[in-house]
Amino acid sequence: MEISLNVNGTAHSLEVPANTLLSDILRERLRLTGTHVGCDTSQCGACVVHVNGDAVKSCTVLAGQANGASVTTIEGIGTPDDLHPMQTAFRDNHALQCGFCTPGMIMSAIELVEKNDGLTEQAVRDGLEGNLCRCTGYHNIVKAVLAAARQM
Amino acid sequence: MYAFSYHKPATAQEAADLMASADEGAYLAGGMTLVPTLKQRLAAPSDVIDLTGIHGLRGIRTLDGKVKVGATTRHAEVAANEHIPVLADLAGRIGDPHVRNCGTLGGSVANSDPAADYPAAVVALDATVHTNKRAIAGDEFFKGLFETALEDGEIVTAVDFRAPSAAAYAKFPNPASRYAVVGVLVARYGDQVRVGVTGAGPCAFRAANIEAALAADFRPGAVDDVGIDYGDFNADLHASAEYRGHLVRVLAKRAVAQIGSADSG
Ligand SMILES: Cc1cc2nc3c(=O)[nH]c(=O)nc-3n(C[C@H](O)[C@H](O)[C@H](O)COP(=O)(O)OP(=O)(O)OC[C@H]3O[C@@H](n4cnc5c(N)ncnc54)[C@H](O)[C@@H]3O)c2cc1C
Ligand code: FES
Ligand code: FES
Repeated sequence: MEISLNVNGTAHSLEVPANTLLSDILRERLRLTGTHVGCDTSQCGACVVHVNGDAVKSCTVLAGQANGASVTTIEGIGTPDDLHPMQTAFRDNHALQCGFCTPGMIMSAIELVEKNDGLTEQAVRDGLEGNLCRCTGYHNIVKAVLAAARQM
Repeated sequence: MYAFSYHKPATAQEAADLMASADEGAYLAGGMTLVPTLKQRLAAPSDVIDLTGIHGLRGIRTLDGKVKVGATTRHAEVAANEHIPVLADLAGRIGDPHVRNCGTLGGSVANSDPAADYPAAVVALDATVHTNKRAIAGDEFFKGLFETALEDGEIVTAVDFRAPSAAAYAKFPNPASRYAVVGVLVARYGDQVRVGVTGAGPCAFRAANIEAALAADFRPGAVDDVGIDYGDFNADLHASAEYRGHLVRVLAKRAVAQIGSADSG
């Protein structure tokens, strides 16, 4: 099927099989490999991107559902020279180890901060319910999100 | 994932026609249950029919003491709505933020997962499930494990909930998935009490004996001596049937306590 979508400000028109996932479109077709795929069960959150402003698991969105959407991935929020405040906070607070979960964590965390005022530690922990990290034990991730919330 | 054709009709009639002419059709709403199922190759529909393009299925309206939630309204939208606080609280505790940004009320009730949260509200909040063909009483909607009163190809269009005078939802979430190991929604309508239970049995149900005990004496202690027949309850690696029976009583008490403290506060 023919779909068009806007990714990080660039419009794309693509011919894809209907059973293609948004995560595969991003990674395989557009070569935006910052979006990771960590599970088969829609539980880990490594694949989180923003679709029309909402954080969603791109591994659980079909091509047809993404048709016409405006998508932001980890590549779209900052550059190595000009990091997003959330990226800076993750670096400053040692909120990553292997880094596999980090793109999804950051995309979830940005939505969480943008949609909620006065975040508490508990609210951050609840808000990251859909993102699993095998390395950090979450503690520094929570610290980073709270630090970024003060900056954003 | 097996191959399929994708359709996004603009009307319920068109969707029903596509379903009728498909070899094996599947409706799609938020995709939070269907897409993982497709990925695991547990379903092989020839045609996937996306309902989210149908006008008028999404949104929340109030009309004489009832709140009508359109079938494609997302969990996050219900969680942010103030009309029935207990419904917002329940929706806000489904899964995680990403599931709530996609998953819909219609998909949840049509699926009748034994561990889903919304079914507790459908039975406890005296709901009516509207479809493209008829209106079904909430009490009559859930028929069994992943089984509802819906006929082949029937589309849920909206659910009406009756606003209670006070209510609370107590849930024991599975710590990994957040699905309800057991969830109990206690709702007061004046002197009347309705109690909806999910997670425990093959599908959501009303606990008539807890309702009677609470109608006579609305205090957590009134639930202590109510017998819970856990004979046909679910048993899996998360909880035995007997433990689920225990949770029903504990969670009912917690919900009553929460209502009580809100009343006095
Ligand atoms: C990680 C994860 C955690 C979750 N945790 C919870 C939880 O804690 N509590 C909970 O309750 N749920 C949970 N869910 C399930 C979630 O709430 C789903 O969104 C919901 O069960 C299905 O809604 P959907 O809109 O995504 O439906 P879909 O997946 O699109 O469809 C589900 C089924 O319903 C049918 N259908 C959809 N809409 C209609 C309609 N209008 N009329 C007729 N049939 C229809 C479809 O054909 C399909 O068979 C979780 C899901 C995931 C992935
Ligand atoms: S890859 Fe695990 S949730 Fe998407
Ligand atoms: S840093 Fe390794 S999984 Fe999170």
